[in-house]
Amino acid sequence: MTGPTITGFLLGSLSWGALPFVRAWREPNISEIIGAGAGSIVVIGAVVTIALITWLQAWEYLWTQWFTSLDHKKIGIMYIVIALVMLSRALIEAVLIRSQQAAAINGPGFVEPGHFAQLFSTHGSIMIFFMAMPFLTGMVNYVVPLQIGARDMAFPYLNSVGLWLTAGGSGLMMASLVVGEFSTGGWSGYPPYTELNFSGGPGPDYWIWAITLASIGSTTAGINIACTIYKFRAPGMTFLRMPLFCWTAVCTAILMIFAMPPLTVATALLAADRYLGTHFFTDDLGGNMMNYVNLFWLFGHPEVYIVVLPSFGVYSEVVSAFSSKELYGYKSLVIATMAIGVLSFTVWLHHFFTMGQSADINAVFGIATMAIAIPTGVKIYDWIFTMFRGEVRFTPPMVLSLAFMVTFVLGGFTGVILATPPLNYMVHNTLFVVAHFHNMLIPGTLYGLLAGYMYWFPKAFGFRLNERLGWISAGCWITGFYLAFFPLYVLGASGMARRTHEVFDPAFRPWLYVALFGAFVLFTALVTLFVQLFVSIRDRHANMVAVGDPWDARGLEWSVAAPPPEWNFAVIPQVESRDAFYWRKRNREAYKPVDHYQDIELPKPSACGVIVGLSAAACGFGLVWRIWWLVALFGAVVVATVIIRSFLRDVTRTIPAAEVEAFDRRWLAQAHYAKPVSRQREMSRRNEGLAEWTA
Amino acid sequence: MSTPRRRRTETLPYVIGYGLSLLLTSIAFGLVWQHVLSGHTALFAVLGLGLAQILVHFRCFLHIDLRRNSLPDLQLLLFSSMIIALMVSGTLVVLINLHSRMMGP
Amino acid sequence: MDSVGPQLRHAGLNLEDDPRESRHQVESDVFGFWIFLMSDAVIFALLFALYGTMLGARAGGPGPADEFKIGSAFVETLILLTSSFTFGMTSLCLKRDHKPQRLTLWLALTLLLGLAFLGMEIHDFVTMVSHGATASRSAFLSGFFVLVGVHGLHVTFGSLWILVMVAQVATLGRDAKVKINLIRLSLFWHFLDVIWVAIFSVVYLQGLIVPGGGS
Repeated sequence: MTGPTITGFLLGSLSWGALPFVRAWREPNISEIIGAGAGSIVVIGAVVTIALITWLQAWEYLWTQWFTSLDHKKIGIMYIVIALVMLSRALIEAVLIRSQQAAAINGPGFVEPGHFAQLFSTHGSIMIFFMAMPFLTGMVNYVVPLQIGARDMAFPYLNSVGLWLTAGGSGLMMASLVVGEFSTGGWSGYPPYTELNFSGGPGPDYWIWAITLASIGSTTAGINIACTIYKFRAPGMTFLRMPLFCWTAVCTAILMIFAMPPLTVATALLAADRYLGTHFFTDDLGGNMMNYVNLFWLFGHPEVYIVVLPSFGVYSEVVSAFSSKELYGYKSLVIATMAIGVLSFTVWLHHFFTMGQSADINAVFGIATMAIAIPTGVKIYDWIFTMFRGEVRFTPPMVLSLAFMVTFVLGGFTGVILATPPLNYMVHNTLFVVAHFHNMLIPGTLYGLLAGYMYWFPKAFGFRLNERLGWISAGCWITGFYLAFFPLYVLGASGMARRTHEVFDPAFRPWLYVALFGAFVLFTALVTLFVQLFVSIRDRHANMVAVGDPWDARGLEWSVAAPPPEWNFAVIPQVESRDAFYWRKRNREAYKPVDHYQDIELPKPSACGVIVGLSAAACGFGLVWRIWWLVALFGAVVVATVIIRSFLRDVTRTIPAAEVEAFDRRWLAQAHYAKPVSRQREMSRRNEGLAEWTA
Repeated sequence: MSTPRRRRTETLPYVIGYGLSLLLTSIAFGLVWQHVLSGHTALFAVLGLGLAQILVHFRCFLHIDLRRNSLPDLQLLLFSSMIIALMVSGTLVVLINLHSRMMGP
Repeated sequence: MDSVGPQLRHAGLNLEDDPRESRHQVESDVFGFWIFLMSDAVIFALLFALYGTMLGARAGGPGPADEFKIGSAFVETLILLTSSFTFGMTSLCLKRDHKPQRLTLWLALTLLLGLAFLGMEIHDFVTMVSHGATASRSAFLSGFFVLVGVHGLHVTFGSLWILVMVAQVATLGRDAKVKINLIRLSLFWHFLDVIWVAIFSVVYLQGLIVPGGGS
């Protein structure tokens, strides 16, 4: 073999030019330097993290206690860590997008068109697949077993596999910053633009494989969540006694199970076009790109509800807890949730009203779309009535919930505008659409996830988050949103196309400046969020809530210590009513020792999930660069790991009853000596996690 | 428990299922092979026979029935069928409509 | 309420003496696999729908009447149907606790039938490719190869799974996990049969129907 063929075999289509640093060296302009800067942030970030872990000698701790853990709580927290890292990246990209458009009024701005296209493609892909999805999966993972009185998810090992597939997909997204480039085809990756003829580089391949890993991970998560809620509820926890968050979780899980396959089919067939030369979506030999659009939105619309429903669940919990009232209209909320779930499969066409189908078809889908506003409206009223005459405390999660209710309704109005096909034709592909879906997803998903993060944080770590910084952060998220996106409605209605690299109408200037300012405010919100975390960890000893019920809340998750033991419940609780823990407190039956402690069996940590997820990512990297030996090697590793794991029998360990009893008694003693705190003082240092009982 | 009689009742579904599926397959293939039917009639006959055979498989091999303890499985199947019907029929309606409007004469 | 238990429902299971706990676990394990199958069914359903939209997209290339062989489709169907039956016998062996050899024998027979099916399918594909009817010739052929090929991939995966299970029965005996996995495998195998019924109806027979007359 000659030289080039050996390197060709070893490195596929990789070359020096794939590195942004080399590109910036060869062609030093601002666009390339920003690219190289982003690449170096990833590299430096990775090196610093690795160095820090090594310096702290934390590798063994992280590996044994976290990475290989099958504990649903730790897996949930790791999901959320991934989500926060990816949120940071995608939000910085959003600031860059806004800066470019504000700077590019009758001028080229500072990033090149291709680079700009990568920015909006990664921003969208990350926010959906690597921010919203891991965040909500992590939250469901953490909270649902505690709420239904289970010790773990139905399939702990599959849970770990799903986590590491998501981590692997995120790794591919990050790798695209350092090696090569990302897709320029937007988060929806429409062919034929993303076909080989028009996008020959590695970009769409990165997109395909990162998304594929994430969607397989989400499918496994969906199966796991559905099975857990279906089969592992505590005795007496009938469906209609479940907290509403569980209802939204099960609905999201069902949507994941049925809506991820269309995406898998779409990306797999696009990959077949690119790798095997088939003609599904090409513009020749009978290919039909409209098939892709149809498939993508068969996934894409339920996906909207996948990311929105868990937040609805969070709002239901938060509003009820911080109003100290039973959730108003529980059954109507359940019915509304299920109705939204089913309806979400009937409206996908409203994403492509302008594709050319007949007016009748558009009308049917437009009406179906408007119908979704009905169950959503029911929910809003239910939350408002829950607050009515309640003892409302404006904690940061509550502030976010209130902001959601107002903002989401406004977004809903513009949604009804967009659901009307003739109006849709007018604003199609403009910033109006961008404003609308950010108007739904930022309050509808992000606020909810952040509210849930602040609400359950004391449960997960045993101390409260700093409320002052929480308010500042929430305030910035809210004002930042209005400043950044309401101008886009105006711009969109004036005809400014979305994904525009250069702007030629100077009248747009003030609106673009306001939007840019809003983006900076949102960035401040993110920074404040991390400052809040830092300050809260620093001051944790003053804010401990170890008894575990800091908000006088109602669900079973608050009936155990904070943080909960690995086995969650010393004995599986017997449930007699909705809001089980609330009634136990009221009847003075909470914090009572158990008569008889028993041994508890829990899954052993396993490295298989890590190996499968990261090998799959390596396989994806090989596919992107056509390094076939890498694909074969790591493909084989994945299969071998799954097979070997199926032969293992020593996969559980037993926690002796004595250990469970010791932990439980220690916690009960804490509860006994703690001073109860009234609701009005729960944001002070007096809060030890024991609520004062009032009617 | 493992009496010969019970064995027979357990084996029976598989035998019946196998027999029925062979029969339905042969009819469907025979219709097309021997040109017994043609055009739309043949198409609907083939699809109907296929659907019947799928039901036989679910009943005899996958043990889905109306008994109480297979209810969760049955509910899951029915829900999945609904979603699949929505997706498939929607896709066909939309794409065929697009085809007739864009590629038509 | 649940006195009948899963042992009747899933004919492969013989856990009558097991405590409630593990029976519960079995139920959830099998239910989880059902959910996965439904998710997989959506993938197939969409591939069928796509195939339907691409029937006319032949781009001047060969169509069903030129390439589909009814004889070999019929034989492939017979092989798969028989393999479903032999897997049924495997399930019964598992339940009745016969000697492990008999179980292994039925499994091996199923595996052989699966491999025979794959062999015939690959032979068909190779023949088609040799005529120039490749996946990259037209959208119609892309749809055909991917739909039928994905089913073939599933059969390949199922065959690998059977091999693993044979090894597990030999090394681990028939403990609860082996039983659960055999039940899941049986669901998987029967499910592939259902998909094949749809394939021979929608792809092969539909493609070979003589047009006209009937309507």
